[in-house]
Amino acid sequence: MKVKQISIFLENKSGRLADVTETLGSAEINIRALSIADTSDFGILRLIVDQPDKALAILKEEGFTVNETEVVAVGVDDTPGGLAKALAVLKEEEINIEYMYAFIGRASGDALVVFRVQEIERANQVLKERDFNLLSAEEVYEL
Amino acid sequence: MIWNQKYESMDRQNLEELQVKRLQETINRLIENVPFYQQKLSALDVQAEDIKSISDLSKLPFTTKEDLRDNYPYGLFATPLKEIVRIHSSSGTTGQPTVVGYTQDDIEIWTELMARTMSCGGVSKGDIVQNAFGYGLFTGGLGIHYGAEKVGASVIPISGGNTKRQIRLMEDFGSTALMCTPSYALYIAEVAAEMGFDIKNSKLEYGIFGAEPWSDNMRREIEELLGITAIDIYGLSEIIGPGVASECEVQDGLHIFEDHFIPEIIDPETGENLGYGTKGELVFTTITKTGLPILRYRTKDISVLHQEKCSCGRTSVRMERISGRVDDMLIIRGVNVFPSQIESILLDISETKPHYQLVVEREDSLDQLEVQVEISEAIFSDEVRRLESLERKIHGEIESVLGISVNVKLVEPHTIPRSEGKAQRVVDKREL
Repeated sequence: MKVKQISIFLENKSGRLADVTETLGSAEINIRALSIADTSDFGILRLIVDQPDKALAILKEEGFTVNETEVVAVGVDDTPGGLAKALAVLKEEEINIEYMYAFIGRASGDALVVFRVQEIERANQVLKERDFNLLSAEEVYEL
Repeated sequence: MIWNQKYESMDRQNLEELQVKRLQETINRLIENVPFYQQKLSALDVQAEDIKSISDLSKLPFTTKEDLRDNYPYGLFATPLKEIVRIHSSSGTTGQPTVVGYTQDDIEIWTELMARTMSCGGVSKGDIVQNAFGYGLFTGGLGIHYGAEKVGASVIPISGGNTKRQIRLMEDFGSTALMCTPSYALYIAEVAAEMGFDIKNSKLEYGIFGAEPWSDNMRREIEELLGITAIDIYGLSEIIGPGVASECEVQDGLHIFEDHFIPEIIDPETGENLGYGTKGELVFTTITKTGLPILRYRTKDISVLHQEKCSCGRTSVRMERISGRVDDMLIIRGVNVFPSQIESILLDISETKPHYQLVVEREDSLDQLEVQVEISEAIFSDEVRRLESLERKIHGEIESVLGISVNVKLVEPHTIPRSEGKAQRVVDKREL
């Protein structure tokens, strides 16, 4: 299943992360998962939120540089080796992961992981074939 | 010491008479030999006889760098090519290079003016001149070389770069005078300290520096660190190269060699002559050159002219140290950089016109240029490697076009200050 992810460009300046979260908070948007990739002079904040379209519009309005990408949200066994199993599938299928991060919460006992891959359809398909718990966009937003 | 007492200390009336006579000869030479000037002068209905005093200079047309480019390579030469004995050229980073040609007479004039410059800086027979200006198409290296030989000094034509070798030779050969850009002089001092060479107490006594903007504070620093007397020189290849003007030991403005070049200060907007004591764009007319005589060349450098007599005994008009540029040109490590060049590179890469800012700083006495580019949705990606590869691409393009390495920094939109809707393109934080 494809889940919408919001990415925001942040300069490495104090307070920028606070600005983003305040903007989302005052618009009653809830953050489901997040990760930050950073270099010495900028960072990219990636968010899964409950209302991606609204979040995108509001952040743009506030002058942030934002884009929307699709990612795969997968539930993996919350036991040692759980993530490794999912990664083994992608490895076997030679699907490259651009980046990944984990959700804070769980869904029906599974730990949740977000993958960003180029071949999103195929990733979905191969994981589904191996009976991984793929979450739909709605499921993720309503967690 | 004054190299040419007669011309450098001429009284004003005699000098002006000489200037008018030489200017008239120049105009006649141009009308006869250079179609570009022939057309310009005839459109203005001006002939040599119309120039009766220096104030008539304003009747003459301006010449710009674009005119030289449009007539690339030899279109403005006033002699047949077989009379030209030397050709120099700009690097052409801003497009078509500009080409300048010298006749044998021009080379002799240039040598004479560089000898005056050497004398201004205290250099004479017996000195050992380490010439770390670049040799080649750039006029700095050879200009200095000929002048230093003319006064009888021993010249080490080491050219720029290879700093450790510069310092070893300085120590082994006992250099008494150093010539280079001021920032390179500071760098040499630093490297010397690292190498454990006590440059301050070495034989080095004089420094002649130019080809980039600097300040009195920087001069004091150089003088202190190197234990020398440092003077500022000015020149540009379109006029002759170095040797247009030089400071003397008084270090209070640069004496313009007025028996060869007539200076003016104009309002860069209106072209109106502003006279002495007012800041404006520096303009030069050559009155003795035969290869490439130039009328009222707009240097785009900002300065002020002063007429008061200097205590050194020279009577020539002095120009203040260059305080800026009419355009946004930056000089980074001796390379001319125009914001428009960076702009076109960014335009090629991002396909939209990004907002950007150039921030110049001087770290460890070397100029650092940071190119800040506002990120836009068109170039933003959620993947770090894409943004980093964008930075690298900008870096690589700038390096291949301008020949300098810059820091590229992506910044958030609307973070570059705008005034009247227009972004300020250049922030120069160098404390010169």
